[in-house]
Amino acid sequence: METFTNLALGFSVALTPFTLMLAIIGCFLGTIIGALPGLGPSNGVAILIPITFTLGLDATSALVLMTSVYYGAMYGGRISSILLNIPGDEPALMTTLDGYPMAKQGKAADALVLSGVSSFVGAFLATIGLIILAPLLARVAYLFGPAEYFALYLLAFCTLGGMASNNQAKSAIAACLGLGIAMIGLDNTSGMPRFTYGNLHLMDGVDFLVAIVGLFAIAEVFFFIESHGKNTALGVRLERVTIPFKMIRNSFWTMIRSTFIGFFAGVLPGAGASLGSFMAYMAQKAVAKDPETYGKGNPRGVAAPEAGNNAAAGGALVPMLTLGVPGSGTTAVLLALLMTLNITPGPTLFADRPEVVWGLIASLLIANIVLLIMNVPLVKIFVYVLQVPPWVLLPGVTMISFVGIYSLSGSYFDLLLMVGFGVLGYFLRKLDIPTVPVILGILLGNQMEDSLRRAMVLSDGDWAFLFSTPIAIGLWIAAIGGFVAPMFLRKVLKKPQAITD
Amino acid sequence: MKLIKKTALGAVLSLGMFSTAYAAECIAPANPGGGWDFTCRQIGKIMYDIKAVDSPIQVTNMAGAGGGLAYSTVVNERNTDEDLIIAASSATTTRLAQNAYGGATADQVRFVGAIGADPGVIAVGADSEFTSLSQLVDAIKANPGSVAFAGGSAVGGFDHLKPLMILQRAGFTDITKVKYIGVDGGADAITQTIGGFTQAMTGDMSEIVGFLKSGDIRVLAVLTEDRIPGFDDIPTAKEQGFDVVAVNWRGLYIPKGVSDEVFDTWADRLAKVAASDEWKQAMVDNGLAPFTKVGGDFQSYVDGLVAEIQQLSKDIGVIQ
Repeated sequence: METFTNLALGFSVALTPFTLMLAIIGCFLGTIIGALPGLGPSNGVAILIPITFTLGLDATSALVLMTSVYYGAMYGGRISSILLNIPGDEPALMTTLDGYPMAKQGKAADALVLSGVSSFVGAFLATIGLIILAPLLARVAYLFGPAEYFALYLLAFCTLGGMASNNQAKSAIAACLGLGIAMIGLDNTSGMPRFTYGNLHLMDGVDFLVAIVGLFAIAEVFFFIESHGKNTALGVRLERVTIPFKMIRNSFWTMIRSTFIGFFAGVLPGAGASLGSFMAYMAQKAVAKDPETYGKGNPRGVAAPEAGNNAAAGGALVPMLTLGVPGSGTTAVLLALLMTLNITPGPTLFADRPEVVWGLIASLLIANIVLLIMNVPLVKIFVYVLQVPPWVLLPGVTMISFVGIYSLSGSYFDLLLMVGFGVLGYFLRKLDIPTVPVILGILLGNQMEDSLRRAMVLSDGDWAFLFSTPIAIGLWIAAIGGFVAPMFLRKVLKKPQAITD
Repeated sequence: MKLIKKTALGAVLSLGMFSTAYAAECIAPANPGGGWDFTCRQIGKIMYDIKAVDSPIQVTNMAGAGGGLAYSTVVNERNTDEDLIIAASSATTTRLAQNAYGGATADQVRFVGAIGADPGVIAVGADSEFTSLSQLVDAIKANPGSVAFAGGSAVGGFDHLKPLMILQRAGFTDITKVKYIGVDGGADAITQTIGGFTQAMTGDMSEIVGFLKSGDIRVLAVLTEDRIPGFDDIPTAKEQGFDVVAVNWRGLYIPKGVSDEVFDTWADRLAKVAASDEWKQAMVDNGLAPFTKVGGDFQSYVDGLVAEIQQLSKDIGVIQ
């Protein structure tokens, strides 16, 4: 009951015509920011923080605007993934796998609506989860030490084999490439720089946004140049926009399952939305009756990562609000905003500043509903992008990529690096090596290594420490299962194929 | 086409707008969310609120090399920019002292001042066996491997140095044996300590205030000269017999190539912020202790600090 009175308090704070207007503006801006390659939720929110001060917004209004932008960007990231095969931000990476093939089959509008609904389900349920479970879930962070985190990241890598490419070895090569790139920069455990060649720009390692934009957007441009625009992957067919009720109904359980997985990944500090969408996709593929259709435009392959990453966005707020530990890059920015407003998140925030917490939760719910309503009609506008001739679209994408990446650190070095990744992406695609595992390697490799190194420091180098708790053991079993299972499953699946051949 | 064009135009326009509509720029040499980001945003906001500057100060996040990227950018590319301030803290001087900024030295910029300090703390979980700093130190002396510290900075960073300074003062010389893991920020260090993965946490006061209120942790010592107002029941390390003062000051530096008038203007603005009620409130809310050193004497303080940390880092083998 107390929850409802609290929620009522939240809505009384958040539901005024002015804040509603802010929510709508925030959602719209966020969607665009999310859709632009290179501009993700975290820099979107960071860029807009000064505006809240210029406008002289109070704490609640500022929070409503920023969370709307945050959720809007989480929704928006899928748009360029589906339409252009270029992820708008890192959590939208997995959506390219099935979203873009769907668009190529003329089902772009279906994919956009379905992913919009999945995003809504994921984010909405995660917000409910945040309301009910936040104080309880805060304790989960205490259960995860270096050994457990290492096993968790290992689980993610072990399931890589079955994804993206039909060739497991190529996926593995790509993942190792990513892991190698992740080693660049300051080594946290010794404080020594590695592979930086004295270059200050490389001290913090390679930003995965630079890698994503390079490997996807810039590589696309190279392909376009090579084929003189004739044989480009862009220019998918366009059909009428209808709401694909059947598809949504069929994906219902997928969304629910992915929401749980995503939410859990979000709750763990340091795991975040990318891991959430990745695990949701892999889990969906693992339980599917028709895993061979994934990566070729299966609607469930769109629903799973979108529900997963939006649920993770909600989940990431749990450690941020209750512990002050940001679970993702964007929550780190929101944390900064809260601290600028002189609100220090931590275990006592729920008791000390209920109007802020519940106002935030209410604004999340509002942002979600606004986004759902806004996104379905907006799909019609978005699919017009497909009618733009590639020779206009690609230079546009290139320009936005350059602006987006430059805004990250304001250095030209990142631009050179991005072009370098573009060249790498071009050759990888020529060799039919998937690029998604490269990104995951860069994204998760550092954290995985840090976890391992911390575990080794704590245990004096005793490897048994890695299997010392029930949680770690459970994750190890899942990881080994996830690695071995596809090998056997493939044999089972191949047999009927052999007969039909 | 329209959409892409419009958004592209929007992105360019809005970026352009930001650079013209703001009088001055504050570079936070880290990603949003950390202490430098807080310094820029808070000081920038208050400067505008109290009308020390005419228009809002734009905050740019230039993450890289633990602040080294921003430092070298300022030194090499913006050495005469009069409308530029950069957030700094003890981490800046620590890294300058350890030559972690690619050969840059502390005299290549002008340190304007510090207007607040985050006191260093050593904390343990509420159910820990340690109730005083000397118990913790004795346990490490008896068996260096029995206590692991978690902190928000990398190995060799300021959080790492704090327990080492205490142990050094306590006569423990084998400091390389002390276990330390660097995690992603102070709050993360606390969760690892409460979770029992590490035995103690080394960090700043601001990072632990929430956990202190909720009763999840116990602070063994605060590393200041005197007890902190509002936290009067927490003993200092000094009164427990370990003469260590380590505070993480929050301040600004500006490029070297500006005139003395510009330096004085910024020092004056910073002093105004320090004296404002808004800043006093912000300090209370964020667990900062008053620590105002603005203008000429701050530069000499910084020089002294750099020399001290350099010596210490040599002692513990972080640098040659």
